[in-house]
Amino acid sequence: MELNIVRYILIFPLLGFLVNGLVGKRLGNKAVGWIANSAVFISFALVVYIFIQLLSMAPGSRLITDTVYTWINSGSLTIDFKLMIDPLTIVMLLVVTGVGFLIHIYSIGYMHGDRSYSRFFAYLNLFMFSMLLLVLSSNIVLMFVGWEGVGLCSYLLIGFWYEKDSAANAGKKAFITNRVGDYGFLLGLFLLASAFASKGILTLDFTTMAAHISLISPQILTIVGILLFVGATGKSAQLPLYVWLPDAMEGPTPVSALIHAATMVTAGVYMIARMNFLYVLAPEALEVVAIVGGLTALYAATIGLVQNDIKRVLAYSTISQLGYMFVGVGVGAFSAGIFHLMTHAFFKALLFLGAGSVIHALSGEQDMRKMGGLKNKIPVTHAVFLAAALAISGIPGLSGFFSKDSILAAAYASGHTVIWLLGFITALLTAFYIFRLIYMTFYGESRLDKHAAEHVHESPKVMTVPLIILAVLSVIGGYIGVPQLLGNLVGWHNSDIFVNFLAPVFRTMPKHEMPVSTESWLMIGSIAMAILGVFFAWYVYIKSKMRPAEHAAESLPGVYRLLLNKYYVDEVYNAIIIKPLLWMSENFLWKIFDVRVVDGTVNGSAQVTQWASTKLRKIQTGDFQVYVMLFLIGVISVLAYFVLR
Amino acid sequence: MSYQLLVILSFVLFVIGMIGVAMRRNIIIVLISLELMLNAVNILFVSASKYMHTLDGQMFVIMVITIAAAETAIALALVVKVFKTVGMVKIDDLKKLKW
Repeated sequence: MELNIVRYILIFPLLGFLVNGLVGKRLGNKAVGWIANSAVFISFALVVYIFIQLLSMAPGSRLITDTVYTWINSGSLTIDFKLMIDPLTIVMLLVVTGVGFLIHIYSIGYMHGDRSYSRFFAYLNLFMFSMLLLVLSSNIVLMFVGWEGVGLCSYLLIGFWYEKDSAANAGKKAFITNRVGDYGFLLGLFLLASAFASKGILTLDFTTMAAHISLISPQILTIVGILLFVGATGKSAQLPLYVWLPDAMEGPTPVSALIHAATMVTAGVYMIARMNFLYVLAPEALEVVAIVGGLTALYAATIGLVQNDIKRVLAYSTISQLGYMFVGVGVGAFSAGIFHLMTHAFFKALLFLGAGSVIHALSGEQDMRKMGGLKNKIPVTHAVFLAAALAISGIPGLSGFFSKDSILAAAYASGHTVIWLLGFITALLTAFYIFRLIYMTFYGESRLDKHAAEHVHESPKVMTVPLIILAVLSVIGGYIGVPQLLGNLVGWHNSDIFVNFLAPVFRTMPKHEMPVSTESWLMIGSIAMAILGVFFAWYVYIKSKMRPAEHAAESLPGVYRLLLNKYYVDEVYNAIIIKPLLWMSENFLWKIFDVRVVDGTVNGSAQVTQWASTKLRKIQTGDFQVYVMLFLIGVISVLAYFVLR
Repeated sequence: MSYQLLVILSFVLFVIGMIGVAMRRNIIIVLISLELMLNAVNILFVSASKYMHTLDGQMFVIMVITIAAAETAIALALVVKVFKTVGMVKIDDLKKLKW
């Protein structure tokens, strides 16, 4: 179905960006906030309207398109600026605009008093535009435009407080690391385009590609799949390109919530789900996705155990949860991956915004060792934080439980026992580190310094109301995807609404059935892990009041230092990539190429001219009669030439 | 009178003037030689005009004489100035206008 209002989802955030970016300073902060928020709200309202339209259509034919104009028309290649909405898109759209809108409201309170208020909202709206373009595009080239757009906005917003050196560097790090991944993405795109072109298909539309994908040989599909996944590891912070995300916490907290937890970093998962028709035919590439996802999940969770900065714990947690999503799509359970993407957007945005509220209350303190005992001082923040923490730990009944469990079940059912085990252990670590954060921040005795303690205050309503809405979503969001196993217990047929809704979008992998008893044991196992993790954190940080950091440092000094220093990955990258590059830049590009070749050419041409003129000026003797003679000789030779020719 | 003779006369005068300009060291003589060259051209113009039965050549002669008069006036003024400044009119000693 063609529906021309789809484009307005994009236009309003773009307008908001233009207005706030160009004249925002003159409008005043109140107007800026209103413009930015209403732009996103209109998009959200349109998405909800289209969602209702989509629900009224038959399940198999849920597709809305909007062709804006022909974008590229080069020879026989035609690429339209065309938007497309199918069940997968609408899930992403609802998450992006819904969570995005709540974060916009929160930002009004959080950024209150910042001197670059209008610049912040302009960037935020530009980000919304790029992210929506990424999600809405109906071909992979247009998707790449959005893909780069969100990368740019991420860079701008991480380095938002650019006068701080660390923020500016973090922005650069994010941008350059992403560039490495995007290089892989581009190569994959070119390879895919040329593979299709050699079969006479000169378009990169998702639907056309899906229809003709079987024409292309599996080897090429595997390479394309892996190259596109390289792009995803950059954008979604997976091994080995995850290093930028922890540093990205230098940005304002709403940015961490919106871009580096809920939306942009999930773009890689979305891309793989969108390209599912390709990955289904390239099982080796999917295997790579699953392995990298599983390793990243465990790896990042171990680092998260020992971090002391409240936002960094959440950053590593995000990397770890993104790993889960890649496990989900990697084992062919695309809807499970997208389901976790959605629930994660709720509870991780909530965790970040809650952390922002804590930081706000403590006048900018981020170190958990200087927090503690905040439970009664900021009760609303504490309550919503607890809800999100329970959700991410996988406590039964909350959203994180359903989505995480469906991923683990799919991993086990498809025979990826090792990857399942990685995820299973990660579940324990997740519960532990998130409750470590809770106990260090909200419980125990207060370790605040005097100045901060005097000013502790609950955040204003404009910040707490979005938190409460997100908390509600984190709690109930899982009930649209209840596993059939649990649905049967209460006599609810087709309880897995989410999977059924997305089913038409995804190519089916060979179905793996497993006995009910196995599935039940898996579920009980992961519940046990979650509760064990919470209990363990409680025992260590509350009951025994032992100083785990010092304890661990004494008993396992090597491991503790390894984790605290994040496995020295930054140092290793520094040594094997950055140092050689810098050395090369300094000793070859600068001292040889720039100084000798570039400067040499410029100075050399000047020197040649100077040398030539010192020699040639001798001709000018000042003797008038010499000039006359030379002139005569010249005239005579010209004449002689013409006469004697 | 044959036109051929007039052309030869004109050529001879021109070459004499040319040699004078190139060789003589007194600026006055150089200027006179220059006039000689101009007048050699004038003779050629007039004879061509007569030969072709048009007035164009004679018109050019009037033009040349006018310009030559102006040029000579300026040149002689410069010679007077040069003489007052450096006290001589030897052209090969006036080599200051270089580099």
